[in-house]
Amino acid sequence: MITDAPRIITSRFDNADSFMLAGYEATGGYQALRKALSMGPTAVADEVKTATLLGRGGAGFPAGVKWGLAPVNVWPRYLVVNGDESEPGTYKDRLLMERDPHQLIEGVLLACYAIGCGQAFLYVRGEMPLAQERIAAALNDAYAAGYVGKNILGSDFSVDVVLSWGAGAYIVGEETALIESLEGNRGMPRLKPPYFPAAKGLYMQPTIVNNVETLSNLPWIVTNGGEAFAALGAETSRGTRMFAVSGHVKNPGVFEVEYGVTTFRDLIYAPQYAGGILGDRALKAYIPGGASAPWFFEEHLDLPLEKVTVDRAGSMLGSGAVVVMDETTDAVKACLRIVRFFARESCGKCTPCREGTTWLENILQRIQDGYGRPSDLELLLDVSDNISPGIAWPPKQTTICPLGPSAVSPIASALQRFRPEFEARITQAEEARHSIPVTITKASSHG
Amino acid sequence: MARLSNDNVELAREIIGNYPRPKSALIPLLHLAQEQDGHLTDEAMAHIGELVGVSSAEVLGTASFYEMFKMEPVGRYMVNICTNISCQLRGGEELLAHAEKTLGIRPGQTTSDGLFTLEDVECIAACTEAPCLQVNYRYEHRISNEGFDQLVNDLRAGRRSDIPSHGVLAEVRQHIPEDRRAGVVTPEDKTAPVWVAAAGEGVK
Repeated sequence: MITDAPRIITSRFDNADSFMLAGYEATGGYQALRKALSMGPTAVADEVKTATLLGRGGAGFPAGVKWGLAPVNVWPRYLVVNGDESEPGTYKDRLLMERDPHQLIEGVLLACYAIGCGQAFLYVRGEMPLAQERIAAALNDAYAAGYVGKNILGSDFSVDVVLSWGAGAYIVGEETALIESLEGNRGMPRLKPPYFPAAKGLYMQPTIVNNVETLSNLPWIVTNGGEAFAALGAETSRGTRMFAVSGHVKNPGVFEVEYGVTTFRDLIYAPQYAGGILGDRALKAYIPGGASAPWFFEEHLDLPLEKVTVDRAGSMLGSGAVVVMDETTDAVKACLRIVRFFARESCGKCTPCREGTTWLENILQRIQDGYGRPSDLELLLDVSDNISPGIAWPPKQTTICPLGPSAVSPIASALQRFRPEFEARITQAEEARHSIPVTITKASSHG
Repeated sequence: MARLSNDNVELAREIIGNYPRPKSALIPLLHLAQEQDGHLTDEAMAHIGELVGVSSAEVLGTASFYEMFKMEPVGRYMVNICTNISCQLRGGEELLAHAEKTLGIRPGQTTSDGLFTLEDVECIAACTEAPCLQVNYRYEHRISNEGFDQLVNDLRAGRRSDIPSHGVLAEVRQHIPEDRRAGVVTPEDKTAPVWVAAAGEGVK
């Protein structure tokens, strides 16, 4: 269903001065902060809980609940902002950072105020200098205007927001790896337990790690109330959400839609969104939530963009990345590219992931190159099973973090659906080898 | 070129001062060194180790984990072409093949005039603008083969002053004014924040 829900986080995207302090202030900017300071920290946290704001980074954990995981009366607490957007297909946090950095900063301040964080670190992906620049300028202006730093707006609320950035590593999007990176280390995920950085995170202190889009919702929630936010959407998926639709569509783009009610069909086919498949070709498959997600097909088009519904149907909305593949798509080639990504980005800490993803890539590469063997599909599944036992959904893992299983889930879903395509590729390879000119065989037999 | 310049040492000290632990400044300082020299030299890494109080081996240990840090000189322009799934579907691999032909190099190589290094990279978050690439991390969206050749010609002719040389990221830096600074909070600061205590919410 397409609704006329308000644009919550992209409301300033059409304004030329959306990233400037004056433009932000002229459109209600920093009013939520003023309001929060008069409400008190607990009331602000309660509004976020009422809103049932699900994390927008990938896992979809409710932000209010996450905040509540910080152990009682243990100080200091830190806030870490995850701006390391790099899940293939995902394009939204960069836009929020480049086009509305003050909205993010205000969200950071609201979170710090509600949780009681003494300092915040805003970690932006290294490859995004424009986002870094816009946030740096916005922070400089916000400090000068008294919105950030000591005694914010004359209150007893004081917090420094420090801009930090990465240097190229997908794995740093995992929250414990992000914390390692912020401590100046190799970005390798930490062994669990402790399971949540909320208990032990940065410098082993309680740390809340929130995604850019998640935090960007806070000014609207505080201004309009948690109930107004929860009135939008359905079931557990409330408010609005940004989805990037890419691949074989007529009008690729990033769209903020009402969460929980808009369907995949709306998003992919409606003229105001992606506008249908290129050349009006047939749909082959689509990725509903980033490269890590199992693929969806024609029969899933009428599912709403609702977390629990999509989870139950066997995939995830992940980071809001919908990648559309039309009937001309080579499933083997697409799978190879996805697996190659995870093989390249594996941090190497856990053997099943480090070795397994590399083997998955090798096997798919030889199938793609015409050297596939009849046993290769079983081998793919066997290696997959060693990374993610049972190849089930949600995935189990023999690894510290979900990167390894993320290589398994998409190719397992593709293999299940398009097995004949994989088999045909292997059979063609076999036949091609058997038709190698006899002279070569003779020559070698004489040798 | 070796150690950080005096100006950069001053900047480095300011950056270190923003973190509860000096080592947290390691990645920002490595970027600073790469901005100065175009890549990371052993001397700069040793100098950074001195500044944050860790060995040069630890500095290398961190630096070598991250894709963006280059231990060897690279071209003035790093051309990163995305071939990940969204770009693959819209011709990213064909664009890479075209770039290889135009520049006469393979991914990972640098042209003999030292102007271009080509890389085949993972998703750069411009998926709806596929195929896309970055030159020194500045985006070019929905780029065609002709567009690529034009870009290369413009860079060669010095017509793209908006793209600084390799190593330069954000051209605006955060500076916390001393009179506005809330102050670094170290793990040893065990007291509840003033605004939380004042609200009588020590229970949280």
